[in-house]
Amino acid sequence: MGWKFNMSGKDNSGDHSGNDNNEEKIHKKELNGPKKTKSVESKSKFTDKTITLKIFRINQNNEKSNSHFDEYKVSSKRWTTVLDTLLDVKSYQDHSISLRYSCRMASCGSCGMKINGVPRLACYTKISDLISEDDPDPTITCEPLANFPYIKDLVTDFSQFFNHHRKIMPYIQNTKNDTIDSENLSEYVQSPEDLDKFLQFSYCIKCGLCYSSCPTVATDMNFPGPQALSQAYRYFIDTRDSANKTRFNIIDDRHGIWRCHFAGSCSHVCPKGVDPALGIQLLRSHLLGFNKNEKKIAKLREK
Amino acid sequence: MPDVIDHDIVIIGSGLAGLRAAISAASVTNGKKLNIGVFSKVQVMRSHSVSAEGGTAAVLFDDDGDNKESHVYDTIKGSDFLGDQDVAERLVDNIPFEIYQLDRWGMPWSRRDDGRIDQRKFGGYSYPRATYAQDKVGFYEMQTLYDTSLKYDNIHFYNEWFCTSILHDDNNFQGLTAIEMKNGNFVKIKAPAGIICTGGAGRIFSFSTYAYSSTPDGLDMCLRAGLALKDMEFVQFHPTGILPSGILITEGARGEGGYLINNQNERFMLKYAPEKLELAPRDVVSRSMIQEIQAGRGFEHESGLECLKLDLTHLGDEKIKEKLAGIREIGIKFSGVDIVDEPIEIRPVCHYMMGGIHTDIDGKTEMNGLWAAGEAACNSTHGANRLGANSTSECLVWGRITGEVAAKYALSKKESSSGNISITLNNQQILDEEKRIFDNIFRGRGQVNPYEVRKELTDTMDAKAYVYRDEKSLMEGLKKTRELKESAWKHVDDNSKEYNTNFTNVMEIDAMLRTAEIVLMGAINRKESRGAHARIDFPKRDDVNFLKHTLAYYKQDGPVLDWYPVTFTRYAPVERKY
Repeated sequence: MGWKFNMSGKDNSGDHSGNDNNEEKIHKKELNGPKKTKSVESKSKFTDKTITLKIFRINQNNEKSNSHFDEYKVSSKRWTTVLDTLLDVKSYQDHSISLRYSCRMASCGSCGMKINGVPRLACYTKISDLISEDDPDPTITCEPLANFPYIKDLVTDFSQFFNHHRKIMPYIQNTKNDTIDSENLSEYVQSPEDLDKFLQFSYCIKCGLCYSSCPTVATDMNFPGPQALSQAYRYFIDTRDSANKTRFNIIDDRHGIWRCHFAGSCSHVCPKGVDPALGIQLLRSHLLGFNKNEKKIAKLREK
Repeated sequence: MPDVIDHDIVIIGSGLAGLRAAISAASVTNGKKLNIGVFSKVQVMRSHSVSAEGGTAAVLFDDDGDNKESHVYDTIKGSDFLGDQDVAERLVDNIPFEIYQLDRWGMPWSRRDDGRIDQRKFGGYSYPRATYAQDKVGFYEMQTLYDTSLKYDNIHFYNEWFCTSILHDDNNFQGLTAIEMKNGNFVKIKAPAGIICTGGAGRIFSFSTYAYSSTPDGLDMCLRAGLALKDMEFVQFHPTGILPSGILITEGARGEGGYLINNQNERFMLKYAPEKLELAPRDVVSRSMIQEIQAGRGFEHESGLECLKLDLTHLGDEKIKEKLAGIREIGIKFSGVDIVDEPIEIRPVCHYMMGGIHTDIDGKTEMNGLWAAGEAACNSTHGANRLGANSTSECLVWGRITGEVAAKYALSKKESSSGNISITLNNQQILDEEKRIFDNIFRGRGQVNPYEVRKELTDTMDAKAYVYRDEKSLMEGLKKTRELKESAWKHVDDNSKEYNTNFTNVMEIDAMLRTAEIVLMGAINRKESRGAHARIDFPKRDDVNFLKHTLAYYKQDGPVLDWYPVTFTRYAPVERKY
C-alpha cells in the first residue's frame, strides 16, 4: 500500500494509506477551485494578433471527400477563445465547417477537440494562452478528438461513450426509499462531509476529453473508460446509494476496471478538475478489499 | 432508420423541462409502458439548462419562518402583477416535492451542518429560499435527471435531431418532421401527444447569457402551426453579465453578500432600493445600473462597452471557494479577473424570456395533444418579470405536470383505439415543409451572408430593445428587422447532407427573425412600463389599459396581436417597492 495519488498535476498530492479519513482529505482538497492562470498576469499585455487556424476536414460518409487541413487567417484579441475564432471563420470565411458548440462557458461539454495536439474544450482555451507574443506567424491546429469515430470535420460520434456511461448504472439505487410520499416530504440526511466524498466526481460534464486521451480505450473499445468508471465511483460512494454489488459486477470484468494501467492522462486533460484516475484507484482498492466501504446508508430525516 | 418513426409521446428538447417530462411520462403506466421519444438538436446534457447557476426557489423551512403564501406573493409582486395567480400558487405548492425528489435521485444539494438541504438568499424574496448546489444548480439538476432517465428503457433519446415542423390534423397534434443531423435524413415522426421544451430565445440579442443553441426554433414551429406566443415583449436583463462575452455571474453572488459599485465606489443600490439593495428583483437592479451609467458613473470596459462592477472581495477567500467556485473560475478564465482579489466588470445582459408558447395552467397549448413546459412555454408564472431561482422551479414543476398529463392523454388514446392508434399524416403538410426547408432554404438563392444577417439582427435588438425602450427606437428596430427578413439572404453554402450545421444555422436564423419581429411589435403595442418592459415615453404602469397578456399569431401577412386576461385569485395590484 501507499501508492501516490498525484495524478492530476493539480494540488492534490498526498499518500493514500487506505483509511477513510485520508480519502476525505483528498476529496476536499480538489474543491479549492482553479489556480490562477497565465491570463490573470498577462491581462493587459496581449495585443491584437492575426493567427493561422488549421482545421481538419473530413466527411466520413462521403468517399469522395479526402481528409485534409484547411487554413484560415483570423484576428484575435486578449479574450478570444479558440471557439470564437472557429465561429468567426465559419460565419465569414467558410460556412461548411462542422463543429459542436453550445454554452461557450465550459458547462455543456460540446466543443471538445484536439487543439495543438492536446484534447481541450475550444471555448475554454484562449488564443493568448497558446501562442507567444513574439511569434510572427502563430498557428493553431484543431482536430477531432481521438478514440471517437469521425462524422464530419471536428464532429465525432459519441454513442459508444454514452453507452459506457449508461452501462455502469449511473443512478441512485436504494430500494428502501424509492417511493416518495408527497404528504410527508423530507430529504436524506447527508452531512457536508458525506457530500464532499463524491462531489468532485460529479463535476463531470461528459465532454469526452478523458476518454479521448486514454491509452487503454485506444486499444480496447469495450473498456468503460475513465468517465464511466469515475461515475461508478461517484454513485458507489454516495451515502444514498446501496447498490455496491451490482455495479461492482459490471466493472469487475475482463474488459473492465483492471485494464486501466494508470497512465493518468485522463486527470491531466479534465477541464473541470475531476480526477478520474483517483476514482478508478479508489474503486479498485474497494474491490480488492484494501479499503473497507464503511459508508452508512443515509436515512431520511424524521419530521 | 425508417423514414417514419412511431412514439406514444414525443418530447422536443432535452433540457431540465424535457428530461423531467420524460421521466414523469415514463413512470405513468397502465400495466404497459408508453414509448417515449426525446428529440433534441444537441446531444443530451448539452442543453442550456446546464448553465443555470444560482438556485431553485422552494419553501422547505416552514418550521423556521418560511411559508408558501410568502413565495406566492413574492412571485406575483415580482411579476408586476401580470403573473397568473393560480399558476404561481401551483408552482409554489409543487416545487418542494421536486426538491426532495431530486434528492432521492442523487442531486448533490449543498447541505447544512445538520445534514439538511441548505438555502441561500436571492433577489426579490422575503426569505432565503433558493435551494442550491454550489453555484452549478442547473448543471447538477440536469445531471441528476439525465442519469436517472437512463433507468427507463422506454425513454429513447434522439441526439442531434433538428425538428423543423409540427404535423397536425386541424387542431390535433400528429407528430413532427425532423432532420437527423448525422446523416441528413428527413424523417417523419408520428405521435398522438407532444411536449415542447425547447427553451428560451435569448440568442436574438447579441449581448446574452444564453448558449449559442438557444434559438427560437421550437417557438417558431408552434407559430407556423397556428399557435400563439404570449408576452414576448418581456425580456429579462440580468444585472451581472461579464464583458465582452455576456457570460452570467449568478445572482447568488449578491445573495452571498456581493456589492454593486459605480466609479465613485458607491453602493448605488442604496438610492434605488433602500431595503433590498442589491437583492431587489432583476428588472429593478438592471434599470438602476443603466441610470448610473447614463449619469456618467459607469466604467468603460476595454471592449468599449460601459459597465459597473460587482465587488465580492469582502466575502473572503474561503466563502468564495466554497460557494462561488464556478463563477470564480468564469471570472479568471473569461474576464481575466480573480473575484477574490478585485471587483469584476459587469453589465445588464439578456437572460430570460418571460414570454413563450401560450399555455394554460397545465401547460396545454391551444392544440389538442400538445403541451409546452419550461422557458419555451408561457403559462404566465412570471408575468412581466421573473424572480431569480424561479425558472428551474418552473421547469421541474411543469416538466412533471406536462409529462403526466400527456401520458394520461396518450394512454386514453391508446385505450379508445384498442392499443393501435392509427395516425394518417397530411401529405400536403409534409410536402409544404420539404419545400420550405429544402427548396427555399437548402437550395435557396440568396446572396447576403446569413451570418451577417444574424449579427445585424442581434445587434439591432441590443440597441433598440434593451433595458429602456421608447417608440422611436422600437420602430427603428422593427423596420430594420423587416428589412433583414425581406432581403435575399436564404442560402446554404455547405452542400453536404451529413452534419450540416450551415443548414441548421440558417433555419435558426429564419426563426430568429420572426420571433424578434414579435418581440418588437409587442413592445411597441404595450404603451406602459411594467416589470422588465420599461418605456421611457410611458414610464408608469397602466393597469386600466394594460393589465393583460399580449398574444401574437402568425398570419399570411405577418404577426397579428391580441390580448388575453390575467387570472387573479387573492392579490390586488399595488405599487411595487423594494
